Amino acid sequence: MTSSLKERLNYDKTFDCVQCGYCLPACPTYETMEKETHSPRGRINLVKMVAEGKASVEDLKEPIEKCLGCMACTTVCPTNVQYGEIFEGAKRVIDEERPRRLVEDFLFQSFFPSSKWMSTLGNATWLYQKSGLQKVSQRFGLTKRAPLQIHEFEAALPSMPTPKKRRRERVDRYVRKRPAVAKIGFFKGCVMDSVFFETNQNTVELLLRSGAEVVFPEAQTCCGALHAHTGKVDQSVELAKRNIEAFEEEGFDYIVNNAGGCGARLVEYAHLFDEGTEWYERAERFVDRVRDISEVLVGLDGLAFEKELSRTVTYQPSCHLRNVQKVTSEPLDLIKRIPGVELRELERPEFCCGSAGVYNIVNYEDAMDILDVKMQDVCGTGAGGVVTSNPGCQLQMKLGVEREGLQMEAVHLVDLLMEADPRPKW
Amino acid sequence: MEKWLEELQSLLPEGRVLTSLADRHSYSFDASFGEHLPDAVVQVKEKLEVADVLKLANRYKVPVHPRGSGTCLSGGPLPVHGGIVLDMSQFPAVIDLSPRDLTVKVTPSVLTGNINKAAEKHGLMYAPDPSSAHVATIGGNLAENSGGPRGLKYGVTKDHVLGLEVVTPEGEMIKTGGQTIKNVTGIDLTKLIVGSEGTLGVIVGATLKLMPKPPAVQTIMVAFDEVRKAGEAISQTLTSGILPAKMEFMDQACIVAVENFQPVGLPVDAAAVIIIELDGHPETLRVERGLIEEIMEEMGAKEIIIPKSDEEAAKLWHARKQVSPAIAKIKPTKVSEDATVPRSKIPDFMDRLELIKEKYGLEVVAFGHAGDGNLHPNILCDKRNVEEMKLVEKAVEDMFQAALDLGGTLSGEHGIGTMKAPFMELELGEIGLDMMKRIKDSWDPNGILNPGKVFPEKGQKLVLHHD
Repeated sequence: MTSSLKERLNYDKTFDCVQCGYCLPACPTYETMEKETHSPRGRINLVKMVAEGKASVEDLKEPIEKCLGCMACTTVCPTNVQYGEIFEGAKRVIDEERPRRLVEDFLFQSFFPSSKWMSTLGNATWLYQKSGLQKVSQRFGLTKRAPLQIHEFEAALPSMPTPKKRRRERVDRYVRKRPAVAKIGFFKGCVMDSVFFETNQNTVELLLRSGAEVVFPEAQTCCGALHAHTGKVDQSVELAKRNIEAFEEEGFDYIVNNAGGCGARLVEYAHLFDEGTEWYERAERFVDRVRDISEVLVGLDGLAFEKELSRTVTYQPSCHLRNVQKVTSEPLDLIKRIPGVELRELERPEFCCGSAGVYNIVNYEDAMDILDVKMQDVCGTGAGGVVTSNPGCQLQMKLGVEREGLQMEAVHLVDLLMEADPRPKW
Repeated sequence: MEKWLEELQSLLPEGRVLTSLADRHSYSFDASFGEHLPDAVVQVKEKLEVADVLKLANRYKVPVHPRGSGTCLSGGPLPVHGGIVLDMSQFPAVIDLSPRDLTVKVTPSVLTGNINKAAEKHGLMYAPDPSSAHVATIGGNLAENSGGPRGLKYGVTKDHVLGLEVVTPEGEMIKTGGQTIKNVTGIDLTKLIVGSEGTLGVIVGATLKLMPKPPAVQTIMVAFDEVRKAGEAISQTLTSGILPAKMEFMDQACIVAVENFQPVGLPVDAAAVIIIELDGHPETLRVERGLIEEIMEEMGAKEIIIPKSDEEAAKLWHARKQVSPAIAKIKPTKVSEDATVPRSKIPDFMDRLELIKEKYGLEVVAFGHAGDGNLHPNILCDKRNVEEMKLVEKAVEDMFQAALDLGGTLSGEHGIGTMKAPFMELELGEIGLDMMKRIKDSWDPNGILNPGKVFPEKGQKLVLHHD
């Protein structure tokens, strides 16, 4: 490693923090873990201490690993501290000092970037559900013995379409006979396109009915969010380059995704490169066109909802959609357009649900403490369903509903919109 | 492990005595200057635990530094002598309103802003409104005697406290004052403890005074092309029979910093602006607004801006709140003072600041609650630059001298803490300071409660640089 520890830890950026503490009320882990050590201000200070040699990387490990990365702090920070960059720098330094683990290397180097593997995951999920294996293992409590509380999460997985159906229903190009109102490059996402295949199909359908043309650029790959969150910055940069290239092939008006977590990564691609470089410019052009599905649907305004759904819902925004992509009003706007749907907003929508990428798997107990706070708010609304805008949040909310023993649905915004039978306005 | 630490751990439930390096570093700072590593952080959740910790500290002569949310701007919670940081922020937060008495009982960990929110549901208000009210605890506000913009009309924290529950430095529980508006029984220990910066006791409960919430507010912003004119306009307003709730001042550097940071459309070509808030009945506000417009025109205002909606007014106040963070963008280190002068001396104080700025060639900006003479001159510097920091030390000294020359005081609302301690004698005189110290010594014979604050140590000087 050529750069110094201070550089890698973004030491200079820690001076933007004036330690005013305004981030404390916004931080979910400060609330549930009750310690300054698990607050943004505490973490930034520790990064500074490590850079100055007053504490070790080992001291930094727990506080950084217990950070959700929800970025709620950045929305209230009065001095605009680049917490995301400080956080990722710290993750990277911690990762570099850790002994390598084979499974993890496989997951991040081969599994997530590979659409083949992701498709296999989708197939395996389907097989698991349809073969009765799910029932068998649940009955014998096999999943309960699996590490990392997998049983809790697998119960929350959506029902999977067959591999055949997935192949049949998916084409890479949805062209229109009439002139399209917009040409869209669809960023499909790894988990979204395997486990949440139906949601992706619904997204395409909504775009088509809005009058757009949709293309799945073949060379696209994983967004790299999970890599960046776990300190694998170099791999994250590689994936970013591949995606930038993939979406340069055609002149898209928008690069659309439907997973808050992926979108947040995509909009930050420019930060991965040095200003003034060619890749920086290319990344900027890419970022300028990245949109969440809700933004595009509101912008195109091409749908009229035919079916009245009689229900009350609340909306749990994906932190990465709200705090990083700064998309706040569009999902609410869309929900309000559905006839018969009553929206009851959360008291603290900005509070993370505890899903946070792989946080709820790696830090299960802590994630559940955070989920409990969230569920109190959800229950307080008296709504019959929770609408989300990111797959991780959706699974987490399903888990929350189950833990509370409630009869409540958790759906992706896109799926809810499709249920209301949207028709083209034109 | 040291014996006191072992005993401390056996006193409290598991997990509430923090000793890891990461935890200790996390309580080594506040929002002011300097970093001091404690030996342990103790998170107390009951009054008796506070008493137990203090008794133990007396036996072993270990310093105890009480801390709320650590938003202090004068170093109040810094463990300058190591030992224990007593984290009061995790104490159960209870707000017990008595709307018919216009009072509220609170525990120390309650966030100050939440008291006002709870009061508003009953048409009442808790008047002190420090900018950090949504983060800071009432315990910290009481200890530091915090102010806020509304201080102009409503005073600071001490003007709203009826009674306290306090654990003495030796670990005994006492009550001071009571729950009545009038109470002249004996020496006023409540006022003695409020603002004592954690040196005379640990506040574990308080009864606060509420007042009726004014039915309406009116914001007015006035721009001037000369700083002195702005200062004179403030004096003129305050002697005209109108008492606004707030009268805030921003100089050009602050205006520009805010506009660069989060633009709201402030007049960047103005030398200074005053933002005024009137509160009261809508009829009164209409009349007072007219009078203020007349005064400002007479005083040669460049522009008078009346916000058209509540949202527009909120934007202006938000801009005012952004000053402190926005100016931190000019240079990374902010040395923030709150020296206060008699209101009529505001223009003179501004002139003196200008001279200090020129003398040292430093970046000095000024904003704050000019209506009550409580200006916040801020020096923007870089603590990594030793030479610059030495100049800052001298400039700060000059600022204090200027405030005192004009009949003012070292601190209007932030407290003395560590940084202003060396200047105490300048303001109070030798005997005055000694009388204060005698009170401290008799309350805290072992000197374990928040040592290193308020009172200067022998030969202590203001030091902002590290060689």
